Amino acid sequence: MLDRRDFIKAQAVAAAAAAGGVSLPAMAQTSMIAGEDAQLKWSKAPCRFCGTGCGVMVATKDNRVVATHGDMQAEVNRGLNCVKGYFLSKIMYGQDRLTQPLLRMRDGKYHKDGEFLPVTWDQAFDEMARQWKRALKEKGPDAVGMFGSGQWTIWEGYAASKLMRAGFRTNNLDPNARHCMASAAVAFIRTFGMDEPMGCYDDFEHADAFVLWGSNMAEMHPILWTRISDRRLAHNHVKVAVLSTFEHRSFELADIPMIFEPGTDLAILNFIANHIIKTGRVNREFVEKHCNFRLGQKDIGYGLRPENVLEVRAANAKDPTDSKPMSFDEFAAFVSDYTVDKAAELSKVPKERLLALAELYADPKTKVMSLWTMGFNQHVRGVWVNHMVYNIHLLTGKISEPGNSPFSLTGQPSACGTAREVGTFAHRLPADMQVNNPVHRSHVEEGWKIPKGLLPGKIGYHAVLMDRMLKDGKLNAFWIMVNNNLQAAPNTNTETYPGYRNPDNFIVVSDAYPTVTAAAADLILPAAMWVEKEGAYGNAERRTHFWHQLVNAPGEARSDLWQLMEFSKRFTTDEVWPKEILDANPDFRGKTLFDVLYRNGNVDRFPLSEISPEYENRESKAFGFYVQKGLFEEYASFGRGHGHDLAPFDQYHEVRGLRWPVVDGKETRWRYREGLDPFVKEGEGVKFYGNPDGKANVFAFPYEPPAESPDKDFDLWLVTGRVLEHWHSGSMTMRVPELYKAMPIAMVFMHPDDAKDRGLRRGSEVKVVSRRGEILTRVETRGRNRPPRGVVFVPWFDSARLINKVTLDATDPISKQTDFKKCAVKIVAA
Amino acid sequence: MPRHVLIALAAALPCLVPALLAAQNAGQNSGPARLDSPFRPPINFTDETAAPPIPADVTDDRRVARNYPEQPPVIPHNVRDYQISLNNNQCLTCHSRQYTGASQAPMISITHYVNRDGQTLGAVSPRRYFCMQCHVPQTVAQPIVTNTFKDVDSLISRPSGGPSDGGDRR
Repeated sequence: MLDRRDFIKAQAVAAAAAAGGVSLPAMAQTSMIAGEDAQLKWSKAPCRFCGTGCGVMVATKDNRVVATHGDMQAEVNRGLNCVKGYFLSKIMYGQDRLTQPLLRMRDGKYHKDGEFLPVTWDQAFDEMARQWKRALKEKGPDAVGMFGSGQWTIWEGYAASKLMRAGFRTNNLDPNARHCMASAAVAFIRTFGMDEPMGCYDDFEHADAFVLWGSNMAEMHPILWTRISDRRLAHNHVKVAVLSTFEHRSFELADIPMIFEPGTDLAILNFIANHIIKTGRVNREFVEKHCNFRLGQKDIGYGLRPENVLEVRAANAKDPTDSKPMSFDEFAAFVSDYTVDKAAELSKVPKERLLALAELYADPKTKVMSLWTMGFNQHVRGVWVNHMVYNIHLLTGKISEPGNSPFSLTGQPSACGTAREVGTFAHRLPADMQVNNPVHRSHVEEGWKIPKGLLPGKIGYHAVLMDRMLKDGKLNAFWIMVNNNLQAAPNTNTETYPGYRNPDNFIVVSDAYPTVTAAAADLILPAAMWVEKEGAYGNAERRTHFWHQLVNAPGEARSDLWQLMEFSKRFTTDEVWPKEILDANPDFRGKTLFDVLYRNGNVDRFPLSEISPEYENRESKAFGFYVQKGLFEEYASFGRGHGHDLAPFDQYHEVRGLRWPVVDGKETRWRYREGLDPFVKEGEGVKFYGNPDGKANVFAFPYEPPAESPDKDFDLWLVTGRVLEHWHSGSMTMRVPELYKAMPIAMVFMHPDDAKDRGLRRGSEVKVVSRRGEILTRVETRGRNRPPRGVVFVPWFDSARLINKVTLDATDPISKQTDFKKCAVKIVAA
Repeated sequence: MPRHVLIALAAALPCLVPALLAAQNAGQNSGPARLDSPFRPPINFTDETAAPPIPADVTDDRRVARNYPEQPPVIPHNVRDYQISLNNNQCLTCHSRQYTGASQAPMISITHYVNRDGQTLGAVSPRRYFCMQCHVPQTVAQPIVTNTFKDVDSLISRPSGGPSDGGDRR
């Protein structure tokens, strides 16, 4: 390495040489000023990572991304990015990008135990179609499935939904968003009759208090955290309360820091409701006009396999969603058990802090924003706890107005846009419609121009059930797209991996990089990523935003959209639709699924000439029409006119996203309130129009303990989660040198006294062991996360230390979302 | 195929690495070929691997060139136990404008004095308060996967000036 003096000397010599006409050494060759050759093409795109949905500007040159920065014109982030966002430029350039399909082969043909060998796309799809047809023939539509993603673009998720539901006639389609925010989505529908937040990020500049319920926004939503720190540090009256099961970076800004016992957030929330009622601060007028009260089902089990003792013992595991009406007085009596003493005893949070927290909600003069993500959603009572936070906002009427905002954050860039709005869950259709509602199915059949009665009404397998069904040999042809489920799913050694290697099953993984999931597949399809395709995402504040294809994908890599549509050409309706339907609709005979799903007069409506001449669009060129526009406009037709209104396609390429409903070209920032939401009529004031009676539901639920708590054998709580530098399973960020070097391995964060008691210290190699599996890692006692005694934290980004071998596959019985935050482990020296 | 040829090929054609690994194993007839996440040694999914020691932080105080002008510089010094709280920000005690004379530390970017509305303030903007959301320290851990990102200078100074590989890298 040159030192500074040597470097300056070398540069001076080079400059002198240049002046004398001598050829330059490499070091000094670079131009110091911007000439024509230094021109960059800058284009907008959303960040590839979390649900915040920051805008970035992307510079390209010679078909490569050469720089990115925060978009000054993007409302979400106004010029800022977090460290991951600033390194977006590098995520596509890991040397081991997958560039051709790879099939397990032996003796020249597919073999489950064969070796991965490169094949052509035709060979790949031929084998895949053969396997799909085998599964369909032997067992019917229940035997095929797809596990998608909240990272799918809107049209990719929509094309997948059409292929699975209308093509293969199964609802075995679920997104990895099931692991991420199913509890939030279910609670939205049950409370308001419509999914997604009523407020938006503008609430950050209006609130007087922020309450983080289990969320570590400083690391997981850093740009939204800048908006909170901006508000808090510039306004002395603003308060920040942070609740978590361990201390983390968000505590740096906390006025009211609270560490609670895992699972006792339920008791704290019921205490707050009780406090509001007992101190006479219920907004009676609001409650009478706008709220119903319901008593929810209790003792609902833990979403484990039905034979598990916890399910057998639960009184209501079979009908966890039931509820019945109750009065306000009955609700008040129900929560009256939850005194400050009881909440403090269960949660171990000091009473003064609980009271200070409750006052943020109770005081009518304080505008309060509640924020949560995985702490609430990955919770065996995740739906309940989501309901409970709406309860306290509804009791006080602190909702649907600037600064008063219960706000469910999301983890993935299009968890809202694709998983929820498009409806890629096993129970959902576009625009909040449901597969088990015949009216909804019929409406979708009309919109898709497919025969009546074609769409299946049975709810498909959810994420965790898919893994169980693969293991049990009931789901046999399975396609995984844009996710790394073998790293992300719970209890993987026991419940996930066996299904992938089950000889009855054929597993396909589409990805950009060789992940652990790809390595366990039978066929790997190389995927184009991010700005290698035209895309659209929907962020946590209902903002739909678009980008153009900016560079070409390497080698043979193709977008998921191309893969889905191209695969559909391998099937005719005669092969996959029932005879009765074809008899009644003979025009559909002999057509391919591509013809009936994507050449239906809607999707192929827009010619290639409508594509911006400034940008490449490989899928559209491959199929001969503007596929993204056709898919988007068909999809948007389901939501327009009743509160899910999306703008015309072309408008999104011009703006930095718009928050739906977009009516007369204008976005909606706050829903359900007159003057702010065009769907609330004059004189109505507030109307929760998602429900037929226009009212929101307040639910009464008790505190119930987690599925597995520490005992004498497994004496510590394990909490899993993310870190700032890595996104999810790290398949992108671990390939960025700066991010890798910042956080190269997942360690177990623990209290120094817990370490000392076990003869351990910082750096000791240990096993983290549960009843299900174990990993080897190192002890960290002084890092950014500081768990209390009895709790340890392990992040899940590191594929060499797969903490999900250790976690428990208990889910919320209503939302079917896994609780990755609470199970029992022990830690022993390795 | 001799091993060194394979390695040379692998370096030249990174996109073929998985295929080559498979082909290599096939040639040696040494059991099923593997394709693994590069972050795991070639062990079964259900097996576990020993954990490397916690890597030390890079603390050589040498600035690292940025990949592009907008990239936040990484932190080349120790920040262990740095206090950042409601009342104190230890980073700013060296890097904010008024202290750089004494500390000789680089001053934080002028962008950090601009608020969300584009107004320049007399002090660091509160939205920029938590430094380590963007600036991260580095450990001595060596990246496992090479990144082929090219900075704009390397594209400008290319002798021929014409497009190289069309982004296909093959």
